Amino acid sequence: MIKDVEILVIGAGPAGLCAAKAAAGLGAQVLVCERDELPGGQLVKQTHKFFGSEKQHAGDRGYLIGQELVEEVTNNPNITLWTDTTVLGAYEDGIITCLHDEQHVKIRPQKTIIATGASEKFLMFPGNDLPGIYGAGAVQTLMNVAGVKPAERVVMVGAGNIGLIVSYQLLQAGVQVAAVVEAAPNIGGYLVHASKLRRAGVPIRTSYTVKEAFGKDTLEGVVIQALDEKWQPIAGTEETIECDTLCLAVGLTPLTEIAWQAGCDMAFIRELSGHVPILNDNLETTVPGIYVAGDADGIEEASAAMVEGRLAGCAAAGALGHDPEEAAKQVEAARADLDELRSGPTGGKIRAGIKKMHETKEAMNNAQ
Amino acid sequence: MRMENHPVLEFQRGDKVTFFYNGTPMEGYTSETVAAALHSAGIRQLGHSQNLNRPRGLFCAIGNCSSCFMTVDGEPNVRICVTKVREGMKVEEQHGKGVVRL
Repeated sequence: MIKDVEILVIGAGPAGLCAAKAAAGLGAQVLVCERDELPGGQLVKQTHKFFGSEKQHAGDRGYLIGQELVEEVTNNPNITLWTDTTVLGAYEDGIITCLHDEQHVKIRPQKTIIATGASEKFLMFPGNDLPGIYGAGAVQTLMNVAGVKPAERVVMVGAGNIGLIVSYQLLQAGVQVAAVVEAAPNIGGYLVHASKLRRAGVPIRTSYTVKEAFGKDTLEGVVIQALDEKWQPIAGTEETIECDTLCLAVGLTPLTEIAWQAGCDMAFIRELSGHVPILNDNLETTVPGIYVAGDADGIEEASAAMVEGRLAGCAAAGALGHDPEEAAKQVEAARADLDELRSGPTGGKIRAGIKKMHETKEAMNNAQ
Repeated sequence: MRMENHPVLEFQRGDKVTFFYNGTPMEGYTSETVAAALHSAGIRQLGHSQNLNRPRGLFCAIGNCSSCFMTVDGEPNVRICVTKVREGMKVEEQHGKGVVRL
């Protein structure tokens, strides 16, 4: 049997939930598939307060934003939320399959919004497979979702926002943070997060990298090493730090399997942190009716993911004839919000990435 | 170790259950994943790699990476980071690729 739906949203993180809410608000019937048992995506583990403007929930803690969104989506009669449901494949005839309630379910959506988020990047060094070496998000899950003290003494790799924020949350959980190690000469994340760590006495070692990790059955320590201006290790600068845990916060990369399967044109764009689908101004891919929102189309912050979700949701609902005038108005508003979020120096990378994406698209069109 | 006092969060753990790790009875809670319950008991080495027999632990904790595969109630390749603890559950270190029961 095939289940017909108007709009299918894949992923119930910040982008997916906002997409569902926006589309349903215009009158569309929406099905949201989420592989985890809990909706909310990575918001469920964000205990820090968000920045931005009030419209983007600035000042609220991430997990509370998630709870509010989940409640709105759950109470909306136009939205069906399937948790514990993993989307398995996208087929040429537009069918999308998933595993729901231990059944293989075939879905025929009129529009699909892919909001699958991202996965953590890894780092190459000897011993990097030892138990005790985690993605920073994993440690955050253990302590903020499961309530388990994940370590005694941690070395964090990466002084971007994730590395800084998770380090601070580790301190809150009673874990010692021996050092934050950052290969770049500067701290990448917001200085307000870095200052909190420095006030707590945590050293932030810029221009340093992990040379190797050691331990018998689990991690016992790491050797760090200084880097020169050309990012080459400087001999003789090795230092050993004892720790039972090493966290990698070295960036994320978009989860794009479904877009690949669906046949969307893809491009590798460094500024967007990996292979991303080519999108138009409505966040629609080169396969008509398939949209992508959030980290799945380029790594950004949750606030941007929420606005992208809203944009894609409105665009998809409008295209199906649900209050097209109002939909167009909301799409415009979302575009303006994105421009605002991406203005200023911190948005430079994402602006460059999106520009490259549009250039790639033009080049592809010209080649045809 | 489970955290009791957290400056921001309160944890709802659900009901206490007993499960078995390599035959040893362990304490867990119904809202916990197997990975969380094992970590609470200080168990971080979950298995060994198939070819070089190197120790393996948790990496992503959200079902992406397959580093935490274990055999659960006889079923191999279970991602214990997204599998909840159940009363009487048998969790075992997996050797090799495991055989899927049909």
